[in-house]
Amino acid sequence: MSETQPFVFLGCLELNELLPHEAHDARELLEQLERVPIESVFCHTSASLLHRPVLAEAYPNDFSLWVGTEVRDVRLAERLAAVDPFHAGSMERVREELIATISDHLQHLGTAPPRSQGKRFRFFQVHLVPVPTGHQARTLVEFRDALAEVDVSALFYHTIEARYRAGRGRGDFAEWVGGALGRADLADRLAHIDPHAGSLERIRDRHLSVLGDAISGEAA
Amino acid sequence: MAPGPLLKLDDYRQVAPRGTVDFLMRSGERLRGKRFVHVSASRYGALADWLNRVVTLLSDLGVETTWEIAIGTADFDQVSRAIGKALAGTEQVITEGMLARLRETGADNARRLRLDADLVMVHDAPPVGLVEQRGEASRWVWACHQDLSSAQPQLWNALRPVVQRYDAAVFTLARFAAPLSIPRFIVYPAIDPLSERNREMTRSEQALVMDRLRIPRDKPILLQVGPFERQHDPVGVINAYRLVKRHHDVRLVLAGPPPAPGGDALGDVQEAASHDPDIAVIVLPPDPQIELNALERAATIAIQKPLKADFTIEVATAMWKGKPVIGTIAGGIPFQMVANVTGYTVETVEGAAFRIRHLLSNPELIGRMGAAGREHVRRNFLVTRRLSDYLALIAHLTR
Repeated sequence: MSETQPFVFLGCLELNELLPHEAHDARELLEQLERVPIESVFCHTSASLLHRPVLAEAYPNDFSLWVGTEVRDVRLAERLAAVDPFHAGSMERVREELIATISDHLQHLGTAPPRSQGKRFRFFQVHLVPVPTGHQARTLVEFRDALAEVDVSALFYHTIEARYRAGRGRGDFAEWVGGALGRADLADRLAHIDPHAGSLERIRDRHLSVLGDAISGEAA
Repeated sequence: MAPGPLLKLDDYRQVAPRGTVDFLMRSGERLRGKRFVHVSASRYGALADWLNRVVTLLSDLGVETTWEIAIGTADFDQVSRAIGKALAGTEQVITEGMLARLRETGADNARRLRLDADLVMVHDAPPVGLVEQRGEASRWVWACHQDLSSAQPQLWNALRPVVQRYDAAVFTLARFAAPLSIPRFIVYPAIDPLSERNREMTRSEQALVMDRLRIPRDKPILLQVGPFERQHDPVGVINAYRLVKRHHDVRLVLAGPPPAPGGDALGDVQEAASHDPDIAVIVLPPDPQIELNALERAATIAIQKPLKADFTIEVATAMWKGKPVIGTIAGGIPFQMVANVTGYTVETVEGAAFRIRHLLSNPELIGRMGAAGREHVRRNFLVTRRLSDYLALIAHLTR
């Protein structure tokens, strides 16, 4: 019988680079979105989870947050908030949806878009340096216990980075549970945890809850 | 600042987010043997306090970290001060001779200092010219802790080509960064939760300090910590307090360092406060870490109402002590807060008064916002996060 491939947890160090792109209103945001590297779209949508506060802000990505709080165009902010990396499939698709949303909004606006009342939007990209956390798991219980302990950046690396930038299937957790442990049902449940629905600690809690239920089910 | 206790990274387990210290140790192992040298022009001040800590903690992690001091003649100190003011936007006379002195001092120090490292980080403008003598073996980063958004153009035009000889620049805030052709990274300042300024304090110790400062604790305390300068708007804070006072029996404490000669607002503040026993104006002693710790713990609400500001890390220090913050949108203040969650951002005296009244009328909000603020600081503004940023910088630039 072949030995189970262990799951090796990786966290990530992050370094934020300021890019020479900025916007003062929705039209400039649109123009810059067409030019910035795709890593910047990732940084302001999925990677905004890395610094999301404990109590999540009203808008789920940096674009909608800026339009809502600084430009004070609530209509556009709400539409940008609905651009969902979880369902978009790729970051290029996210970029297309953001651009289409802003274009449509500007077409129907009729007047010049309002300027930011405060901060301009500054584009960033994030550099991630993966580092093993020292945790490995061969069983579901070991996996659950390690997940409860690891630095929160491991949640980001294995769910967001793996899925949306590195293109590793449904994320590393679901892939390992489905592949190495042969638990397709559980893998499905893990893959359906929307990582954009809260802070990374909240995502950890939801994973632990799903894993806890599965372990209890095995024991029963 | 008096040297604090010799802390190990392990000591931060009690305050850092879950898993953080272990992850930093693992990250340090990955970079073990890398050599990281910092260069600054002074052994004193907030930057020096931070460097003292970072050298110890990064070395503890396995990164060989050292700190060198660039020195110059007496006139170099004057040149440094003028350059610092000009970069901050205060018009100065900057002569060719002053710029030549900057370059000469850089060259002199390059011969004297031990800069053999994988990464050399030069802090602020005075030693910026060191890079002109750089070799190709090391990577060089310029760390600018100032706001360059309104730097004097003549000076910045002269410095920019020098800065662009670095491999990258690090700024504390995007809005403080100047346009450059090299990569620009943002590393927020952070607080040390185990320092004298931020460590836990017993109620009796806190009471002793408050008694020494002669501040009764019989009413809710509104606190602003900051220089008695017009740009920190202490008189505006007094006006906001007066609007609040019509509805709530509170005290106002304004605490700041002794004013620099000329241009300070201490006289105006003392005059405005002189007829109200519930306003305390505290001119802090040198190295007032324990006093500030006690004041922030005793406060009910922290206020930061500058009109123009640097990063203003006092916001994070107050939030770490569980206090909601009423702050303006100047400098780094709004970047440390989550508006309406850890406090409120305001633009006017009336706005500050309204938000203070709202909190005093809803005391359960004070506790909730204070707790959210402490957690926000734990994840984003502790020394452990800044160490992580430095490790990322080393890994990224020396890969």
